[in-house]
Amino acid sequence: MTQAPRCTPLYQSHIDAGAKMVEFAGWSMPIHYGSQLKEHEIVRSDAGMFDVSHMVVLDITGADARDWLRGLLANDVAKLGFVGKALYSGMLNEQGGVIDDLIVYLAESGYRMVVNAGTRDKDIAWLKKTSEGRDVQLAVRDDLAMLAVQGPNAIDKVCAVKPDWAEQIRSLKVFQGLPFGDWFVARTGYTGEDGLEIMVPAAEAPGFFTALIAAGVAPTGLGARDTLRLEAGMNLYGHDMDEGISPLEAGMGWTVAWEPADRDFIGRKALEAEKAAGVAMKQVGLVMESRGVLREGMRVVVDGVGEGVITSGTFSPTLKLSIAIARVPKATADVAAVDLRGTLTPVRVVKLPFVRNGKKVYE
Amino acid sequence: MSQIPAELKYVESHEWLRLEANGVVTVGITHHAQELLGDVVFVELPKVGAVLARDEQAGVVESVKAASDVYCPIAGEVVAVNEGLEAAPEQANEEPYGEGWFFQIKPANVADLDGLWTAEQYAKEIGA
Repeated sequence: MTQAPRCTPLYQSHIDAGAKMVEFAGWSMPIHYGSQLKEHEIVRSDAGMFDVSHMVVLDITGADARDWLRGLLANDVAKLGFVGKALYSGMLNEQGGVIDDLIVYLAESGYRMVVNAGTRDKDIAWLKKTSEGRDVQLAVRDDLAMLAVQGPNAIDKVCAVKPDWAEQIRSLKVFQGLPFGDWFVARTGYTGEDGLEIMVPAAEAPGFFTALIAAGVAPTGLGARDTLRLEAGMNLYGHDMDEGISPLEAGMGWTVAWEPADRDFIGRKALEAEKAAGVAMKQVGLVMESRGVLREGMRVVVDGVGEGVITSGTFSPTLKLSIAIARVPKATADVAAVDLRGTLTPVRVVKLPFVRNGKKVYE
Repeated sequence: MSQIPAELKYVESHEWLRLEANGVVTVGITHHAQELLGDVVFVELPKVGAVLARDEQAGVVESVKAASDVYCPIAGEVVAVNEGLEAAPEQANEEPYGEGWFFQIKPANVADLDGLWTAEQYAKEIGA
């Protein structure tokens, strides 16, 4: 990886807004624009925007697209009842490990899929391999930028910038999207707040970014994106799950569509065998009341039960204490200890998420 | 851009030192260090009365990003710690050379300061 990082269409906009840029998944991305904590708080209380143009948008067409996707994804695209409806799913390998997690929308002429930046090459290779010999066409939409505008005031502020679209945007229910010409606006996100993810033609992205700043939307970086999604109990690919982790051990059981029983998606046999044998681990939240910060990779010790591992950890700006997502033995109850730089420190085991719509929700 | 006050001394592990009029030395982390760390959320300070050697661990600074050790940049006895910083760790980001100081030490040998980096040397070292 000696290549220079790629730049999104908003690179100059970030520099102009005072961003500190870092390399992430081969892209030069803003980590923050001054303070990650302040950006986090703005998204919980008002409205912030994230450049997520590094994520990969694919348009899928062809007569076999639906059947192919029903075999490819652990969730079932047959659930998509109308154009613009979105579905979250894992894409599994034959062993039942997670190749990626993604969102797929039903489009006018097929499907639109959004996958992670860090898994771009292997995902595209897997899509091509599994669709070989079928009437399926894949188009990678690198001509689109994507902005996630998130927070309790996000929709109002986007509507102020796009008054002609306001009525239709306000009609969107959660996990629904609508095309506006070459644009696509969806009520989705990765923060636990209300908001929109907006795909915009690259050339129009900087102007839209500037207009959103003028409307009072704060630019927010990848740092805040991580603490927000962690509070919201949402998985990060490559950390909370990967090809060696079953979705059933990574809190993704709800995304596996078991019915109809004859839908033979990739990984189904492995997951059924795992279920029959008994799933060994589960995903939980950890909360530490004492000082310090839980970090990815730290050992979790459950007295009399066994050991687990923290898959994501941080300081929660909303809760003012440290929280983590962990994979622990199934029999884990409500207490555990974490090996915190050599000291076993007690933590509470809670149900995810930690925060929704600005408020603490666990317990 | 990093701020590197000319009147302070510096060490490789990104602590700064200031010799006060009463002979004690105030220690904190540099502006560059806080930039690398990102938002500081917890600090652990040494105990008053602790006798520390040069480069001995004196505390911990935890940011949203990582935990880092804070080292004692000069041998001596800790005579004061900044309790306000434990309550408001963001001061390490906002005023690293002011309200964000970490601890004060009575140096075993005040001449030890002479061997430490000047602002100019530190600036060169961090490429500022």
